[in-house]
Amino acid sequence: MSDPHPEPMVLARNLQKRFGEFVAVDSVDFEIERGEAFGFLGPNGAGKTSTMRMISCMSPVSGGTLRVLGMDPATQGSRIRSRIGLVPQEDSLDLELTVLDNLTVYGRYFDLPRPVIRERAMRLLDFAQLTERAHDRVDPLSGGMKRRLTIARALISDPDLLILDEPTTGLDPQARHLLWDRLYRLKQDGVTLVITTHYMDEAEQLCDRLVVMDHGRFAAEGAPSALIARYSTKEVVELRFRSGEHAEVARRLGDVAERTEVLADRLLLYTTDGDATLAEVHRRGLVPESALVRRSTLEDVFLRLTGRTLVD
Amino acid sequence: MTTGLRPTPLWLRGLGYWAYQYKRTWRSSVTTSFLYPVLYLAAMGVGLGSLVDRHSHLVGGVPYLDFIAPGLLAATAMQIGANEAMYPVMGAIKWVRTYFAMLATPLRVIDVLRGHLGWIAVRLMAVSAIYLGVVAAFGVIRSPLAILAFPAAVVTGLSFAAPIAAFAATQDDNVGFTSIYRLGLIPLFLFSGTFFPVTELPDWLRPVAYATPLYHGVDLCRGLVLGTAELWPSIGDAAYLVILTLVGYRLARATFTKRLVV
Ligand SMILES: Nc1ncnc2c1ncn2[C@@H]1O[C@H](COP(=O)(O)OP(=O)(O)O)[C@@H](O)[C@H]1O
Ligand SMILES: [Mg+2]
Repeated sequence: MSDPHPEPMVLARNLQKRFGEFVAVDSVDFEIERGEAFGFLGPNGAGKTSTMRMISCMSPVSGGTLRVLGMDPATQGSRIRSRIGLVPQEDSLDLELTVLDNLTVYGRYFDLPRPVIRERAMRLLDFAQLTERAHDRVDPLSGGMKRRLTIARALISDPDLLILDEPTTGLDPQARHLLWDRLYRLKQDGVTLVITTHYMDEAEQLCDRLVVMDHGRFAAEGAPSALIARYSTKEVVELRFRSGEHAEVARRLGDVAERTEVLADRLLLYTTDGDATLAEVHRRGLVPESALVRRSTLEDVFLRLTGRTLVD
Repeated sequence: MTTGLRPTPLWLRGLGYWAYQYKRTWRSSVTTSFLYPVLYLAAMGVGLGSLVDRHSHLVGGVPYLDFIAPGLLAATAMQIGANEAMYPVMGAIKWVRTYFAMLATPLRVIDVLRGHLGWIAVRLMAVSAIYLGVVAAFGVIRSPLAILAFPAAVVTGLSFAAPIAAFAATQDDNVGFTSIYRLGLIPLFLFSGTFFPVTELPDWLRPVAYATPLYHGVDLCRGLVLGTAELWPSIGDAAYLVILTLVGYRLARATFTKRLVV
């Protein structure tokens, strides 16, 4: 089938989610195309999970329109869900069952024949690096293993669309790295990914496009590089002085950078040439306890847009 | 099993989960759902019964063992129906989050509910069938009508399971369940005609007993097993139990939806 204008995998217009009076998702528009890795970034309470739950047809839409795989979640939720995989923010594994049993029972919800489940489970256990634990109970597994199992489980139905709500939150860096590595592979295999995360560096590398969400709205959207180009400078100088001095120093350095940002523990100077800016800082006789010149990242975009740091 | 031709009904896939995980716990459940009633039957029916029979001989006009055997069938069904609808339902929402796992797949809320109640029905069928077999071995069965005690026991169990599942879906801890036990199940077990005829109760308490579902379950099962059942009272008992089950099911649909769809 070669459709010259394929319908997007997800299409949202004016999408809203309310809980009573409270507006959790406030009239957002987005489209997610086939094969794309699409990210939702934002602090806690931004409305990411609410959005994911609507896309995965588990939570009814409060307003606007939503189409998933060309269908309406309100009337065809069951059909849509048969073609998507969900990694929820909160695990829903059966801790008393074995790793393999968790895949098996989940596969049955999709009415997959047993031989198909077995074959896919073996492949997915390998993918999730859990083959050795196949016959162990889930309960004692590490957080990273459980998360990988949840991803494997979401893939048992061979979904067209994989929705991951904070797949790596709470994991140590090593476990996170392994998990993101698996997500890269899925992307290379052409699986459409929708992902929410706190981790900007990872989102920057994985996502083709992303939105920065705050208070139920999109503060910005686009490709990571485009967002950085638009909302930040090429480089950043991070300076650490003694605590309490940052505001005063920022005033004295106001003209050396395009923009300065005062955080609790450090001062950020946004500039095109970090080394030159740092040299200028030194020339003015300021001696920071530490200084670092780095590229701009999504973290800086986020700080600029929301006035907050995401992970600290 | 999937043949690839016709999809398995969604609710049956939900039931499949409970059957699958039962493989892990069936050993302990055999004790509570089967061994206990049989022990009761032996201790009370045979042991206590020999004493009762020697002195009066006419509890409801039959030997004591024959009297309590069908009563215990109904009481056991109540116990299983109630138990399976309490912690498993709350756990599937709060702890294991099984229902949420199911709802991320093609299953809908109604399938989740039907699957779980369907599984409870399967448990009730298994226990009732085995129990009736044991009762037959004790020589209690006096009528071919006894075969109908099988569905009667299953409906008795469901008439507890459905409304209790509706309640369990609104709970966050075990306080409510403890009250159900203390104020509901244990008094019912003791005073709904299982161990002695309700007519022995004080006048003011009798109408309370008549109003409880277990009384109707006991009355129905006993009439069928002993062959003393009369048509209209039995239909009345059965109607009471079926209606309670259906009302409970409707309530459960509402509470499940409220809890699971946000
Ligand atoms: N079931 C609910 N009832 C009431 N408020 C809710 C519910 N779920 C989420 N919220 C609120 O909606 C907002 C967005 O939550 P959520 O979508 O979980 O954000 P995120 O995933 O970005 O942290 C939060 O303020 C949260 O408290
Ligand atoms: Mg969230």
